[in-house]
Amino acid sequence: MERRFLLNDRLVELGPDERGLALAWLRQRQGLCGTKEGCGEGECGACTVLLGELSPRGVVYRAVASCLLPVGELPGRHLVTIEGLNPPTGLNPIQQQFVDEGAPQCGFCFPGMVVSLTGFFLDSADLSVNDGLAALDGNICRCTGYAAIVRAVTALAATYRPLLDPTRARVDQLAEWGILPAAFATAAARLSTLGAPPIERFDTTAPAVLFAGGTDLIVQQPDLPAAADLAYLSRRPELRVIERELDELVIGGAVTIEEFGHAPEFRALVPDAPAIVGRFGSTLIRNRATVAGNLVNASPIGDVTILLLALGAKVVLSRDGRRRTVPLSEFFLGYKQLAREPGELVAAVRVPASVAGDLVSFEKVSQRRFLDIAGVNSAARIRCRDGLLERVTLAVGGVAPVPLSASSTAAYLTGRTLDAATALAAADVLESEIAPISDVRGSAGYKRELARRVLFAHLLRVAPDRLRVEELV
Amino acid sequence: MSREDVYLHVRGESTFVDDLAAPAGQLFAAVLGSPVAHGTITRLDASGALQHSGVVRVLTAADIPGENQIGPILPDEPLLADGTVHHVGQPVAVVLAETLAAARRARRDIALEIDPLPPVLDARAAAARGQLLLPARTFALGDVDAAWSRCAQVVTGRADSGAQEHFYLETQGALAVPAENGTVVIHSSTQSPTGVQRQAARVLGVPMHAVEVDVRRLGGGFGGKEDQATPWAVICALGAALTGCAVRLVLDRRDDLVMTGKRHPYSSDFKLGLAEDGEFLAYEVVYYQNAGSAADLSPAILERSLFHATGSYAIANVRATALSCRTNLAPFTAFRGFGGPQAMFVLEAAIDAAARGMGVAARDLQRRNLLREGSVFPYGQTADECHAERCWNEADRAYDFAAIASAAAEHNRSHAGTKKGTAVMPVCFGISFTNPSLNQAGALVHVYADGSVGVATGAVEMGQGVNQKIRRIVAAALGVATARVRLDTTNTSRVANTSPTAASAGADLNGMATRLACLQIRGRLQQFAADRLGGAEPAQIGFADERVLLAGQSTPLDWPELIRSAQLARIDLSAHAHYATPRIAFDKTAEKGRPFAYHVYGTAITEVTLDCLRGTATIDAVRLVHDAGKSIDLATDRGQVEGALAQGLGWMLLEDVTWDEAGRLRQDTAGKYKVPDLGFVPPVLEVAFLEDADNPHAVLGSKGIGEPPLMYGIGAYFALRDALAAARGDLAADYTAPLTCERTLQLLAGRATGHATPNLEESPS
Ligand SMILES: Cc1cc2nc3c(=O)[nH]c(=O)nc-3n(C[C@H](O)[C@H](O)[C@H](O)COP(=O)(O)OP(=O)(O)OC[C@H]3O[C@@H](n4cnc5c(N)ncnc54)[C@H](O)[C@@H]3O)c2cc1C
Ligand code: FES
Ligand code: FES
Repeated sequence: MERRFLLNDRLVELGPDERGLALAWLRQRQGLCGTKEGCGEGECGACTVLLGELSPRGVVYRAVASCLLPVGELPGRHLVTIEGLNPPTGLNPIQQQFVDEGAPQCGFCFPGMVVSLTGFFLDSADLSVNDGLAALDGNICRCTGYAAIVRAVTALAATYRPLLDPTRARVDQLAEWGILPAAFATAAARLSTLGAPPIERFDTTAPAVLFAGGTDLIVQQPDLPAAADLAYLSRRPELRVIERELDELVIGGAVTIEEFGHAPEFRALVPDAPAIVGRFGSTLIRNRATVAGNLVNASPIGDVTILLLALGAKVVLSRDGRRRTVPLSEFFLGYKQLAREPGELVAAVRVPASVAGDLVSFEKVSQRRFLDIAGVNSAARIRCRDGLLERVTLAVGGVAPVPLSASSTAAYLTGRTLDAATALAAADVLESEIAPISDVRGSAGYKRELARRVLFAHLLRVAPDRLRVEELV
Repeated sequence: MSREDVYLHVRGESTFVDDLAAPAGQLFAAVLGSPVAHGTITRLDASGALQHSGVVRVLTAADIPGENQIGPILPDEPLLADGTVHHVGQPVAVVLAETLAAARRARRDIALEIDPLPPVLDARAAAARGQLLLPARTFALGDVDAAWSRCAQVVTGRADSGAQEHFYLETQGALAVPAENGTVVIHSSTQSPTGVQRQAARVLGVPMHAVEVDVRRLGGGFGGKEDQATPWAVICALGAALTGCAVRLVLDRRDDLVMTGKRHPYSSDFKLGLAEDGEFLAYEVVYYQNAGSAADLSPAILERSLFHATGSYAIANVRATALSCRTNLAPFTAFRGFGGPQAMFVLEAAIDAAARGMGVAARDLQRRNLLREGSVFPYGQTADECHAERCWNEADRAYDFAAIASAAAEHNRSHAGTKKGTAVMPVCFGISFTNPSLNQAGALVHVYADGSVGVATGAVEMGQGVNQKIRRIVAAALGVATARVRLDTTNTSRVANTSPTAASAGADLNGMATRLACLQIRGRLQQFAADRLGGAEPAQIGFADERVLLAGQSTPLDWPELIRSAQLARIDLSAHAHYATPRIAFDKTAEKGRPFAYHVYGTAITEVTLDCLRGTATIDAVRLVHDAGKSIDLATDRGQVEGALAQGLGWMLLEDVTWDEAGRLRQDTAGKYKVPDLGFVPPVLEVAFLEDADNPHAVLGSKGIGEPPLMYGIGAYFALRDALAAARGDLAADYTAPLTCERTLQLLAGRATGHATPNLEESPS
């Protein structure tokens, strides 16, 4: 059973007693203290590391939060910390740029910033400033107000974007620029000599905790990796595919939110997908969190859940080799209660290809625009021709014990011609469908008002020429 | 030459407390906090926790050898609860175990039973019950009561500002290592090494000389580690003293959020009277400060609110009263601005109300009433070298307030879905600790035989760049390269009896002490060099660019050679110096004096856009002119302005702290408490520094910088109100901060009902 992996430039092997989370393991067992703990729940980015995985395209690196990463995920992979990015002496160009801008203040967040920006250099198609800033959407700095960080990212993009040669391997170019140490060049070869990590069994006879991105599981139960047997779904290639099958898009049960949002097959149906998904968590979270995990976590405010609900998706469940398919609208029975048997795997999510051509509108109102949970979120799939609403599906989150399919509202709108009176009447129908409660994300009254307004936002997007804000609110 | 530590930061090689290697046999601590806001402990039984493997000991109040007391101003704060609990999260017991996991797990098995008492959470409610920390204080100027009748316009109202969590990225923590003969070394993430030393000695019942506190750096402090780093450090020291093992305690984020205090919420009543022409004739204000369950630094913070009651304005008749109210919340504490922002917010609310009442632009009222040279503050000091109008005028010239406002109005005429708003925010902030005795500092400078320079001061580096400023001061005084100068850790054995690094005064005080120490060494070296250069006059000897100068001319003698030979010639190459800010005094019985060495000024203009559909706002731009004196390190000062501003914006528009009716913090995880991220801060930020503004009252003409720019953030609140007013003319006169999305939508959609917040049904529970 493979327990070896690459840690920066050396091969290490997990001892049989080594469980727990990568952050603590790095700091306490390895003495690699450049990776910091600021929150322990994926919210700050101080603990950012790169996780590299062998693929046919070479090693694919993603910036992730090590505070949510069990060491059990590591075998067969390449874990890179700030120590693994440091040149032997002096600074690499990212580090140098931060220093030149005088950016670091207390410094606590900066190792994470450097690692996240390295992730940007590895992942961004064109090294644009926007990509560079977006790569820092999960890195909180309490000292600088970000201005110097923005200046540094802008300067880096200006320097390196023109030098980018898309025909060459990115890792080689980054090594040439001094952004990556030479060790990366051999990572693929070294990883390929490792055996496959174990694929844990789970079925009725061997119940194990199904572990996808861990972005809910670890936040809810930080001791879980130390205490329980986990079945790492990321090791199952069959769960990681996104493919078109006849008139449906099939999204595997371990596909991450980031992969989902950027998959060309999904963008063909929902061109806005990257922007919509960009409102989900942060880069660090999206690189780990999965679509299926969002569904099974069953939060009434899950963003991808609401989107898929409006798209009319179905869930494929499997256990002990038996499969069944459940429409997502029938999947949520009550607060955190699912039409899913214990141990049943979400093998895939199926999205109807008929979505293509419809307008897909997503709304999320949160206190902080990025990396925050919504007060109310909503998605709508609308086909509108000359003001006639030919088809409407609507989902609203944060207004009921379950992610809500607002079917009465959708039914009300379907077949009507869109104007202010229709929109207002639909909002009244919606109000009768929802039952928000007061919590830390807002009072019930606030959510009620928001629900109306996100509906208006969808309708304004569909037919900006038929409605005016001031008629609605 | 940039800051030495930034190299380490970007390589992840700078050491914070939790990065220190574990001493052999080190134990981890986990603190059990009270689950109840107020009550009597009826049972505290640790036997369940002791059953866990790896658990070494559980500490309670009964184990304390000295005094169970860490209150810095009033003796009202036990280290571990004894008999009663006064807030949720108040430390009750401490598990010491071989692993962190064991300590945290065992903590759950301490049996703690509490007979609950009704908690008081609200400052006004506490005041009504007479729960004041100290008698109310009043600052008065002129004759307010007589002035009202002369006013053409009088506005009254209420303003409430919320708490703010520091959210330093490095949570509170310490590591205590026992040494021989009952002594202990504490590595602490504290702004106040001496504070930790004093309270540890008190709790352990040992003299202060038996406790050494060492601080390399902080991963952010912002006031949150001025007094509230102390309990954790003292708990470690107590554990080390009782077990003989090193003890490490680093709070996880949840414990830090729940157990530590935040910026004080204030609820205030204001009354502002204006003449026909807009002159502020009279201002009366009552501040109800929610102090939490113990005094902590609240009385000093309250005092600063009184000092800043009139903000940047000259008002002839003033009565400001402040009450520090004891409640059952974690003791509120220092946070950048230290009571100043809360007071300024109230006055800006009053100005906003007056402007709307009179149908004039707030900006015109603000401009008309700005402080001028010689204006008298209610506490008796006069505004000297007053730059209030200069900053305003320079900002207006650079950015054109009228043009910005009319562009917003133009947008608003043509857009129904979005509205723009603008506001100008002038800031005046006094520099010095308001407690005069704290305005002193010490420094110890060693020039080593190889010419390198080691400096120890009382200042703690927490990202504000004080070490770099001190390096520059040393380099300038000795004529050497900054690369020769290294700042040692802040250590109570090197520099004793230090003041906390706070009040924007760290570089002023410690920089001046360092300079004085350098000047002593310099004087000895002048004498020595004069002798070596064949009996020149010492006064003719200078030092620059690593060379000895004679009458301004370079000599063959360079710095390394000078030092080598001076050391061989038995010249003392070390010096300690002490600095006490001159000319400051305050008489608390009269509430008059000259508490501040000087004031910092500045003016900002903020633009926001309101999304009228979703009730969300974005901050489009902040443009400001700030008076930093003659900056010692411009990059550092710019960083301080940008960082403080972001915190101010967060305080006003984003960061919401609330408690349920049982006194439990609602935002008890990082997932629920949102600080500014990259997407929140304004995409346009222009920072200009006032030119030709040398400050005669601080080191090398500079000015303290840490706190004042935070208050520019207040402009965002009023800019958003301006946008709201563009969306609906009958905007309620509700001045509650932060102006969260929910409050914004309430104001936008709610039925305007005069003063009360139009409530969209149920409040959060
Ligand atoms: C900082 C942060 C920000 C976040 N922001 C957002 C946000 O903006 N919007 C949002 O909606 N959510 C957000 N979340 C929540 C979380 O990221 C999502 O719910 C995510 O989709 C969960 O996926 P996961 O793969 O991490 O699930 P895990 O934590 O691995 O698992 C969650 C649950 O699903 C089960 N599970 C996972 N995969 C399967 C499967 N294939 N079959 C059966 N059961 C399975 C697990 O057993 C577990 O019960 C955030 C979380 C964090 C930590
Ligand atoms: S420690 Fe904050 S994201 Fe991991
Ligand atoms: S520099 Fe302190 S948190 Fe970023």
